Amino acid sequence: MKRITGMLLVVLALAGVMWADNALSINGAGATFPYPIYSKWFDEYHKKNANLQINYQSIGSGGGIKQLTEGTVDFGASDAIMNEDQLKAFQDKHGFGILHFPTVLGAVVPTYNIPDVSAELNFTQDALAGIFLGKITKWNDPAIADANKGVNLPANDIVVVHRAEASGTSYIWTDYLSKISEEWKSKVGKGAAVNWPVGLGGKGSEGVAGLIKQTPNSFGYVELIYAIQNKMPYGRVKNSSGAFIKADLASVTAAASGAAKNMPDDFRVSITDAPGTTAYPVSSFTWLLVPAKFSDATKRDAIKGFVKWMLADGQNYTEALSYARLPKEVVAKELTALNKIQ
Amino acid sequence: MATTTTTVPSAGPVAGSRSFLSRLREGDEIARLITFLFAASVVLVTLLLVFELWQGSVLPRHKFGFNFFRTSVWDPIFEQFGALPFIYGTLVTAAVSLLIAVPLGIGAAIFLAELAPAKLSDTLEFFIDLLAAVPSVIYGLLGVFIVVPLMREYIQPGLKHSLGFLPLFQGPAYGVGFLTAGIVLAIMVIPYIISVSREVLLSVPRDQREAALSLGATRWESTWKVVVPFARTGIFGSIFLALARALGETMAVTMVIGNTPAISASLFSPGYSIAAVIANEFTEATGDLYLQSLIELGLVLFLLTFILNGLARLLILATSQRGSEMSNV
Repeated sequence: MKRITGMLLVVLALAGVMWADNALSINGAGATFPYPIYSKWFDEYHKKNANLQINYQSIGSGGGIKQLTEGTVDFGASDAIMNEDQLKAFQDKHGFGILHFPTVLGAVVPTYNIPDVSAELNFTQDALAGIFLGKITKWNDPAIADANKGVNLPANDIVVVHRAEASGTSYIWTDYLSKISEEWKSKVGKGAAVNWPVGLGGKGSEGVAGLIKQTPNSFGYVELIYAIQNKMPYGRVKNSSGAFIKADLASVTAAASGAAKNMPDDFRVSITDAPGTTAYPVSSFTWLLVPAKFSDATKRDAIKGFVKWMLADGQNYTEALSYARLPKEVVAKELTALNKIQ
Repeated sequence: MATTTTTVPSAGPVAGSRSFLSRLREGDEIARLITFLFAASVVLVTLLLVFELWQGSVLPRHKFGFNFFRTSVWDPIFEQFGALPFIYGTLVTAAVSLLIAVPLGIGAAIFLAELAPAKLSDTLEFFIDLLAAVPSVIYGLLGVFIVVPLMREYIQPGLKHSLGFLPLFQGPAYGVGFLTAGIVLAIMVIPYIISVSREVLLSVPRDQREAALSLGATRWESTWKVVVPFARTGIFGSIFLALARALGETMAVTMVIGNTPAISASLFSPGYSIAAVIANEFTEATGDLYLQSLIELGLVLFLLTFILNGLARLLILATSQRGSEMSNV
């Protein structure tokens, strides 16, 4: 009896090895922000397609672009679009281009800790840029107070907090500040890491959140998902139509819809400060980066199949994880763009 | 340990009298060769490290030259890179940590080695070794949740009130900054100082103590004037081990230092250290100049450690000569 069990185990193990050989595995790397939804997607898709295994390492957007260019992964993922230099580097090395596919939307929200102020604050463009440039230093500065009539703001110094390490969140925030403030654009610019004019650096979202929770009169920014999950107060931001908008899944998708009309064919678009009366202005897509050409046809078809599923059924998983879903116009456009993969 | 310089009788002359073949057969030659290779690998790795860091930082060395050490702007967007605030932050936090950890650590080691009952000493030693094995991110969390609020609410206002006339203790109390990073580092390196110093003190020969006592010295006099000077080199060794750890510590420092590349006389100000900025920015460093500037920072940290270690050797050499002169008198 024991011998038979042993033999069965051996056979099973062998079968397992052979089965594993048949399974196709695809490797990706990049952004950390969409990691929760990506791992959910890859898991669900694997359940439906048992012979396809997609592995994803959330090493950061810059790392994902680097690995994709090196050719060590099959696809990348990034919270920021690849710039011309990065696209050219890939083109020069491989002889074909990279396609951007928006997957979900995220938003960055201003969060604060002012003792004895529990009201939701309104922030104008001038207030946000002024605080981060170090020009507005007190909470009762008219630039803040005028948008918050009836709130008793203290005359205390604002303690600005930003991300210490390079991150997609900082990219979205600085991209927004660059659009609304000429001074920010020329002095600081946009990037995953910049030369911050003022403020303390917190390590990771949890570092920023920790500093803000602990420090009276502090002000910083975190991802919408992080603020919701950790029940942090966050303010409304004035959009390009002049309305103060609170970030939620609907207002983030609205920002994407507003931008969809002028969506370029390569999807490389920033939707911060998007048009639309209900659009939340500090929103962004996050992208999958897929090579335009695959030498392995099975791999190509597998990736195309996954993107197609992600654009349809996959979108239904977004809201449970607090990501905003793609607007229909963008989905339709992406399905057409999928045919560009050879 | 460096103090026990008992020379092992060299096997050289004896071995030389036998033929190479018989030595080979008996394994002596093979053992010598293998252990030599092991020892050589340490040197090889060090050289390789310097070579790689040097190779990897060509662009910023050409573009900025010596200005890399002199300027304080760190701007990844406009590609201006200066290391000065990071060097400053690394040195200041390490200095603060040693100022706190050295007296505490050596004091504790003296108590454990000389004054405490053996049982208590061994029990405490177990806990100290445990502390030395705690991962640094745990110390970072301890810093964020306990030390930072404590600093902001009590220690910094207190220091400002009593010693606020010194430029060291001025400015707003954020809780994070050089002083907090120094204190967290001190907590981290104290176990090293205690553990190594205790071992060194325990290895001081009994004769030394007995001789001092028989000359009429009190217990404290024999400890402070005979045992500690005898163990001096080893105690210095423990301090430099602590210094090395303080210079290179990354995670715990970045969690409490404030991560702002700025130079300020006040210990309350937020700063930045070399190891912290490399860890924070390396993964997302796009662009060759940016990446290579971070690698050059690594080279700077290596040089810093190298120079401080060299100075430490000189210090030990100088004091041990003076020490032997003293004992000759």
